[in-house]
Amino acid sequence: MRVLRDLLRSNREFAIGIALLAVVVMMAALSAFSPYPPNDSYLVPPDVPPSWAYPLGTTSRGQDVFWLLTFAIRNSLLFGVLVAAISRCLSLLIGLTAGYLGGIVDRVLMSFNDTFIVIPLFPILVLFYFVMRDRMSWIGLALVMAGLGWAYDARLIRSVALGLRAREFTETAIFSGMTVRQILLQEHLPYVLPIVFSTTMNNINWSIGLEVTLSVLGFTDINTPTIGVMIYWANQHTALVAGIWWWIAFPVALVVITFVGLFLLAVSMNEYIDPRSRLGRFGA
Amino acid sequence: MTTLIELDAVSRSYTIGGVLGRRHVNAVQRVGFTVAADGPEVLAIIGESGSGKTTLARMILNIVPPSSGSIRFRGVPLHHVRRLDFMRQVQPIFQNPFEAFNPLKQVDRYLFTTARRFTDGDPAARADAALLQVGLSLAEVRRRFPHELSGGQLQRIAIARALISSPALLVADEPVSMVDASLRMSIVNLFAELRDRLGVSIIYITHDLATAYSISDRIIIMRAGEVVEAGEARAVLDHPQHPYAQQLKNAVLSIES
Amino acid sequence: MNVLTVSGLRAWYVTRAFGIEREVRAVDDVSLAVARGEIYGLAGESSCGKSTLIKTIAGAVRPPLTVIGGSATFEFGDRRIDMHSADPADVLAIRWRHLAYIMQGSMSVLNPLRRVRHTFIDFAQRHIGKPELEFLAIVRAHMQRLRLDPAILEAYPHELSGGMRQRVTIALATICRPDFIIADEPTTALDVVVQKEVLGLIRDIQREMGSSLLFVTHDLAVHANLCDRLGVMYAGRLVEEGPTADLLRAPRHPYTAHLVASLPRIGDTTPRASLSGAPPNLADPPSGCRFHPRCPLAMDICRSETPAMRGTDRRVACFAA
Repeated sequence: MRVLRDLLRSNREFAIGIALLAVVVMMAALSAFSPYPPNDSYLVPPDVPPSWAYPLGTTSRGQDVFWLLTFAIRNSLLFGVLVAAISRCLSLLIGLTAGYLGGIVDRVLMSFNDTFIVIPLFPILVLFYFVMRDRMSWIGLALVMAGLGWAYDARLIRSVALGLRAREFTETAIFSGMTVRQILLQEHLPYVLPIVFSTTMNNINWSIGLEVTLSVLGFTDINTPTIGVMIYWANQHTALVAGIWWWIAFPVALVVITFVGLFLLAVSMNEYIDPRSRLGRFGA
Repeated sequence: MTTLIELDAVSRSYTIGGVLGRRHVNAVQRVGFTVAADGPEVLAIIGESGSGKTTLARMILNIVPPSSGSIRFRGVPLHHVRRLDFMRQVQPIFQNPFEAFNPLKQVDRYLFTTARRFTDGDPAARADAALLQVGLSLAEVRRRFPHELSGGQLQRIAIARALISSPALLVADEPVSMVDASLRMSIVNLFAELRDRLGVSIIYITHDLATAYSISDRIIIMRAGEVVEAGEARAVLDHPQHPYAQQLKNAVLSIES
Repeated sequence: MNVLTVSGLRAWYVTRAFGIEREVRAVDDVSLAVARGEIYGLAGESSCGKSTLIKTIAGAVRPPLTVIGGSATFEFGDRRIDMHSADPADVLAIRWRHLAYIMQGSMSVLNPLRRVRHTFIDFAQRHIGKPELEFLAIVRAHMQRLRLDPAILEAYPHELSGGMRQRVTIALATICRPDFIIADEPTTALDVVVQKEVLGLIRDIQREMGSSLLFVTHDLAVHANLCDRLGVMYAGRLVEEGPTADLLRAPRHPYTAHLVASLPRIGDTTPRASLSGAPPNLADPPSGCRFHPRCPLAMDICRSETPAMRGTDRRVACFAA
């Protein structure tokens, strides 16, 4: 906690990142107060430009852009966080185990890992859509993406684990009678967590970006509002050509704010990633 | 069994290099000696860097297996001994006190973990008792991180941790080479005390002949993986026979120039 | 004639980051002088400030290390240069020709990707100012004088042993026949047998070139066998100074006395006492005399006032001495 407060006070990138994310999260939280149910259409006069009554305008399907956006960003954010959470767990499990145990376990896990790195993501996801069609669900998509997005970071974590295995305090831990699980969780995890945190930000960006891409192309469940789905519907109604710019501009702006906020957070954490340099510099 | 540790023609070699050009390195070659179980002693293994002494220590601690030869612990081949039983009786002390503990973790946690694993009763009491043996107390080290303590203090804590399970043997690999000169002798003297007071045998690995001279009962001198001279400490160091041992002794500088 | 005069030098590590401000007083008011042709030894343990002092004297000061006060002045013939107030161009001009620096890790000096002779060319040719072939001839002659095989020039650093690399580093540092050599723990990482040879090499060079040598190591035995004068540092201050043999035979400062008494010797099994406590944290040093928490002779005045170095040839900073 003290770390976060220090970072906030002295690192401008971190402060800006937090501020941007606060805006985004607030928008997502406001969805609970929406007077309109998210999936219904033709509730308000369509194609109304931004005005006092409808601050961000309305869509061609008769939905209030502002309230629709709160749902959209909430869903996209939840999706991103879910994918990141699941794939982090996978990366940690595989990376730490492979790095610590070494030998044949390491080799088998890494071959498995490298297979996943080279799998072309986009075609697989499109294939997934075509297979699932009407039974397409966000949870399903999240699981598939999490299952494909862990490999890169598992290698990263493994290389840190390899280094830690060779250090003397691991031997001390072994001779103190700690089990492998205890050593991985208590001794090695703190070294790995800062990296994991930083890659989580990137992972959220990546998964939201991929979701937006798929949705814009219509390869997801287009009935649940997300940022991508909003853009999809806007395209379906040729919003830009018809001059309904607010239907596309605001979702795009909000997702860009999300991306930039997460990116700034990830970048500003970099100095804190190496625990020993942090200890050495500030003694705490 | 009257022997604690028995090494017989132990060798360890590594292959380094890739597909195009491998090299065979003989880190330890046919080393044999015993440490008796009946009387505690300090056995010093003296060698320069590259002499194989650290590899030897790692084999005795069962961290790496020998390439050939056998190591027996109380008569049983090392790879047959149950890990936990072995660790209860044989504990290491490493060279770098700042590396021996996780910089992100409070040092007393290691003491508690060891106490919980290897002893019954209150872990805090066991930890405190062990620390008292080395001249520290639990109050001094409670909740402290490694960087808040000196090399000498950390090394004492490492020794305390090693003593918690009441081991029969300590394997100390260059335990004082990274400790300040003004604190060095107190740690070396501590080893002698542990032998006399607690009956712990100690394998003391070092390159420093002077400290070895002051506390060892027996000495083994290694060079390039082989034992060149062994015997009773004062005898070997006062009158070395092997030319390398003599060269070593002559090269040692002392204050009386 | 003093080649180096250090006067009231203060060099601290000042860090100001993330709301935490810290001043590590690594060198706090040090004054010493090295005469021409003299070997001056600097002894002390870890975090006593001797490495910082060396860096400051050599002019290798980079933030967070800051020179707070005092001076380090070299006098080469008719040329006087204060390392911290002089023009950078002047400082550059005296480096290598007049002032050489032998470092602790030889591998950090020799470029592992190039043959040894390239390192010589990169470092020293500019100062000698001769075309490459002539320069290499000079290098070979220099190495032969040091009893090193000139064939080493064709090798890569990793092909040489640690001792050989350190000898090459010494040859590199002395090729321009400098007036002043600073050596920072050059033999600490070496085996005892090799150490003896390398020290012999250093002594021969120094005698032949008549240079002054500032030799830093924690090993008192090395000082006893090499240095004319010895200065003992503790917690950023110089606590005792004098002719080596005198100082080691009859130390006056309690710290030096304990250090000498605690060293084990072959042939002597009398138990050796040792100091309690540990060297202080230089970010928050004890008040008054920095040694008083561990000193058996500590008096009230030691806690409140800092003793100054008193004496001429033999100096001590202690109220009890």
